[in-house]
Amino acid sequence: MTRMTRDRALSPEELAEVVAADIPAGAYVNLGIGQPTLVSNYLTPEDDVTLHTENGMLGMGAQAHGEEVDPDLINAGKIPVKETEGCSYFHHADSFAMMRGGHLDCCVLGAFQVDRNGNLANWHTGKPDAIPAVGGAMDLATGAKQTFVMMTLTAKNGQPKLVEECTMPLTGVGCVSRIYTDQAVFLIEGDGSVVVRETFGCDVEAVQELVPFALERA
Amino acid sequence: MLNVVECAAAAVAPIKNGSTVMIGGFGVAGQPVELIDALIEEGATDLTVVNNNAGNGDVGLAKLISLGRVRKIICSFPRQADSHHFDAKYHAGEIELEAVPQGNLAERIRAAGAGIGAFFTPTGYGTPLAEGKEVRELGGKMQILELPITADFSLTKAVTADTAGNLVYRKTARNFGPIMAAAATHSIVQVSNVVQRGQLDPEVVVTPGIYVDTVVAIDSPAVGQA
Repeated sequence: MTRMTRDRALSPEELAEVVAADIPAGAYVNLGIGQPTLVSNYLTPEDDVTLHTENGMLGMGAQAHGEEVDPDLINAGKIPVKETEGCSYFHHADSFAMMRGGHLDCCVLGAFQVDRNGNLANWHTGKPDAIPAVGGAMDLATGAKQTFVMMTLTAKNGQPKLVEECTMPLTGVGCVSRIYTDQAVFLIEGDGSVVVRETFGCDVEAVQELVPFALERA
Repeated sequence: MLNVVECAAAAVAPIKNGSTVMIGGFGVAGQPVELIDALIEEGATDLTVVNNNAGNGDVGLAKLISLGRVRKIICSFPRQADSHHFDAKYHAGEIELEAVPQGNLAERIRAAGAGIGAFFTPTGYGTPLAEGKEVRELGGKMQILELPITADFSLTKAVTADTAGNLVYRKTARNFGPIMAAAATHSIVQVSNVVQRGQLDPEVVVTPGIYVDTVVAIDSPAVGQA
């Protein structure tokens, strides 16, 4: 485990540790492809968290290497993984029924944009020649009991990613309840207000300058 | 009645031009590599293919697409690092794409096998993938109407079949296998081995033989492309 300081913007690993600390003990969780996958590195056996992978497994273990690799055992990112004790397999419709039926306690997804009403855009940049590829993102965003987003507060070009209203094509409507960024954690209240729960290495005023609507303080 | 055939070519021989074919697999897991290769050899064209992806690399489904044999693909995630054959056909306007959220894809396939005429789901509501679909507020949630996806044939992979057609899968290679076998009018399954009736524990059967039409044993199946 990293010994975290909160006096500067967080690295993706440090942010993953913050997210992991907020996942309730005993929860069933789906971690999206990319940055959210890092969260699994900070879950301990005492947390008793069961990981779901939408290609048909509960109790997904760590990445497999070398002789452990089994082509019949991969995760949603198509990376070879291992079993954990008590794991189970099921077909795709059962796997998504688990998600769509509200049985997963939490999912953690990346995002291009999230807006003050919890609308999420994370599958399509909206460029006209882009090939639409959605995978399981819409099911996850809409089906889990809680949807957490993990992202940088601003895009590489400096544009805000927490916005008044998403301009990119939506993945889900009003589905995000919390946003974890390198500079602050935000709670989406559902009435259009967004609360700054904590900041990393800056104050609320500095965060406010990077968000184009008025934030509430915790 | 179950038809156990000697080779993959015999298994796919009934597939005609214009057929809708479901192909199982998610990444390398569960890809019926030998059945897809046999379909490439067999020559049927003007196909509609249902798969999670749109082919990877230069073999299997990617090759079928590159040969111009696929008119339309219904899938959740066509764009990948090595989906160049699909990308080229798509940008050239030579293949039709129906992009479907993965859970809707799975449930629409399941619905076809279960005789469900349509269902409402919140997944996709308010997104471009719901355009033109009927919307209703049900149980306090906005939901869209989704129709089943039927198919003439399915090509899937399991590990063991018995001579009653019962199937057992292996780990995450199960994925779309059971629902595609149930949804297709004629399901074709490649397995590593076929055993006699009574050799599979009925408690561990995943796909009951009623859903299975043709089985072919492929001794040492190739591992597909990711």
